Amino acid sequence: MEKILEVKDLHVSFNTYAGKVRAVRGVGFELNKGESLAFVGESGCGKTVTAKSVLRLLKPPFAVIEEGSQILYKGQDVVHMDKKALSNYRGAEVSMIFQDPMTSLNPTMKVGRQIMESLQIHKKLDKKAAMEEAIHLLKLVNIPSPETRVNNYPHEMSGGMRQRVMIAIALACDPSVLIADEPTTALDVTIQAQIMDLLKELKEKLGTAIILVTHDLGVVANFADRVQVMYAGQVLERGTAREIFYDGRHPYTWALLSSVPKLAKESKQELYALKGTPPDLILPLNHCPFAARCEHCMSICKEQHPPETALSDTHKVSCWLQHPDAPNVTAFSGKEARS
Amino acid sequence: MLKFVLKRVVYMLVTLLIIITVTFFMMHSIPGDPLASMARNLPEQTRQNYYAKYGLDKPKGEQYLIFMKNLITKGDLGESIRYPGRRVTDTLMTNSVVSGTTGGLALILGIIIGVTLGIVAALNKNRWPDYVVMIIAIMGITVPVFVLGALLQYFFTVQLRVLPTTGWGRLENLVLPVIVLSFNTIATYARYVKSNMLEVMNQDYILTAEAKGVTPINVIKSHVLRNAFLPCITILGGQIASIFTGSFIVEKIFGIPGLGFYYISSINDRDYTMIIGTTVFFGALFVVAQLVIDVVYGILDPRMRIKAKD
Repeated sequence: MEKILEVKDLHVSFNTYAGKVRAVRGVGFELNKGESLAFVGESGCGKTVTAKSVLRLLKPPFAVIEEGSQILYKGQDVVHMDKKALSNYRGAEVSMIFQDPMTSLNPTMKVGRQIMESLQIHKKLDKKAAMEEAIHLLKLVNIPSPETRVNNYPHEMSGGMRQRVMIAIALACDPSVLIADEPTTALDVTIQAQIMDLLKELKEKLGTAIILVTHDLGVVANFADRVQVMYAGQVLERGTAREIFYDGRHPYTWALLSSVPKLAKESKQELYALKGTPPDLILPLNHCPFAARCEHCMSICKEQHPPETALSDTHKVSCWLQHPDAPNVTAFSGKEARS
Repeated sequence: MLKFVLKRVVYMLVTLLIIITVTFFMMHSIPGDPLASMARNLPEQTRQNYYAKYGLDKPKGEQYLIFMKNLITKGDLGESIRYPGRRVTDTLMTNSVVSGTTGGLALILGIIIGVTLGIVAALNKNRWPDYVVMIIAIMGITVPVFVLGALLQYFFTVQLRVLPTTGWGRLENLVLPVIVLSFNTIATYARYVKSNMLEVMNQDYILTAEAKGVTPINVIKSHVLRNAFLPCITILGGQIASIFTGSFIVEKIFGIPGLGFYYISSINDRDYTMIIGTTVFFGALFVVAQLVIDVVYGILDPRMRIKAKD
């Protein structure tokens, strides 16, 4: 497997009036060619911030990627890229689609031009060639009658279509990595499935690696090769989709999985909700971030940060329960304790 | 589009009719009349003849109908009662050109400087250029024109002796009034453009453009500016109308024979024909300017075109 993106010890902070919010605290991951990796976690866990950092889309001085963080794209240092290198990297090597297709397109520019824009920047195509390519791209993302659609403005399209246009823009210059930041959150369920199918199809057709940022585990299960579970700016558990869904080891992973509504086995099942709130990210955190909400919390959990334990080549978890002296707790016993 | 414009023209005419009617009856309800001071000491018969000459002896309703008939059939607004022999339409045409020249130049200057300052402030948010622009903007809004006018007159004519204090007809007469009149426009546009740009720069589609690899300069040029300028067009409508009517104070300070003077004096003199003439003129300019703005808006903002079809 060819490693194309490597993030090591990423720290991102936001300077707010209340103080420095350390939103991402030492996240690291690798992405291989053509692979799909999902960032899973609740709102505010740092998954979007991590994703945006990869494209350096966060705005300094408000948001700062801390010194010592490393983002390497095919060996190039992204953190210290200058403006020109950054502009060549964005869109051409790594591109991104966003959560809300209703607001992600320029309302006063024809969609065709918005697609052509990146073709003209990166592929240096002339207007006519860019237009043809834009039509071709709209066809690729299954938009009917692309010849007329290129002349539409965003408000003349539905949410699903606009997200397709976003995908067309993102894939225009054959990037190696596509970051999809909750691409289906703002869409209704049937459209969600269509968009995910489209992404999957394009991933196979074009060999683009995809980072999927989401809190929808249903989407992850069908889509991702590998999953990393994030909480309070840290990665708590990572592994292949199989390992996370069938052999999750972190209590937070269990909690996430149990809070997915299931198609009714019984008529009156109550939806599980994890109690408490994530820690305040302004405060320092020298122990397991999940300790305060964990059902299996031990005294060590509130004193020291757990090391990352490797369960297999791909499956790694940061939890004191993996320590040889810890009691033997499983997802099943956790669930039983709850009900 | 044509249907939209036609519909708006009909609305416009209705609006004007309402403005004229309300003004007509309101001005007649002010105590006193244009002839009161002159006719006070005349013998009864002469006085009645005097009133009859202007048709002021007729009932209000009849006067209204005669006025409307003349306006609609001949475009005639009558003769000034205070200044006999002077047609209201002539006064409006001659003096509005004077006001329009000063006001128009001031508006153009104000928009150019104001928009530039606004862009500079937005791009340097919370740095010194932003603070300088905002100080200028606050001064432009708070310092009254008569203070600014007097100050400029003092510096440029008394101290430096480079520009005339008052007068009309030469190019250098224009300089000071145009600067004074543009000051408020500069302030308005600087603030408006700045806040619009900052708002647009926070939009998701700007992030999309950045993620595409569009360089910062091109993001501003092709994505921010157009979207930030759109709302500014709305405030332009009222301003275009008011440049022709002039500013009473500025015209008074600099001795400019514009239309501003007649607005105030006609009401004091109860010069009925002049009052209604100036009101109709301003009303017409205003609604036409609004229509033009709406059409321009439709051309510049594609989202408006759909609504325009309905």
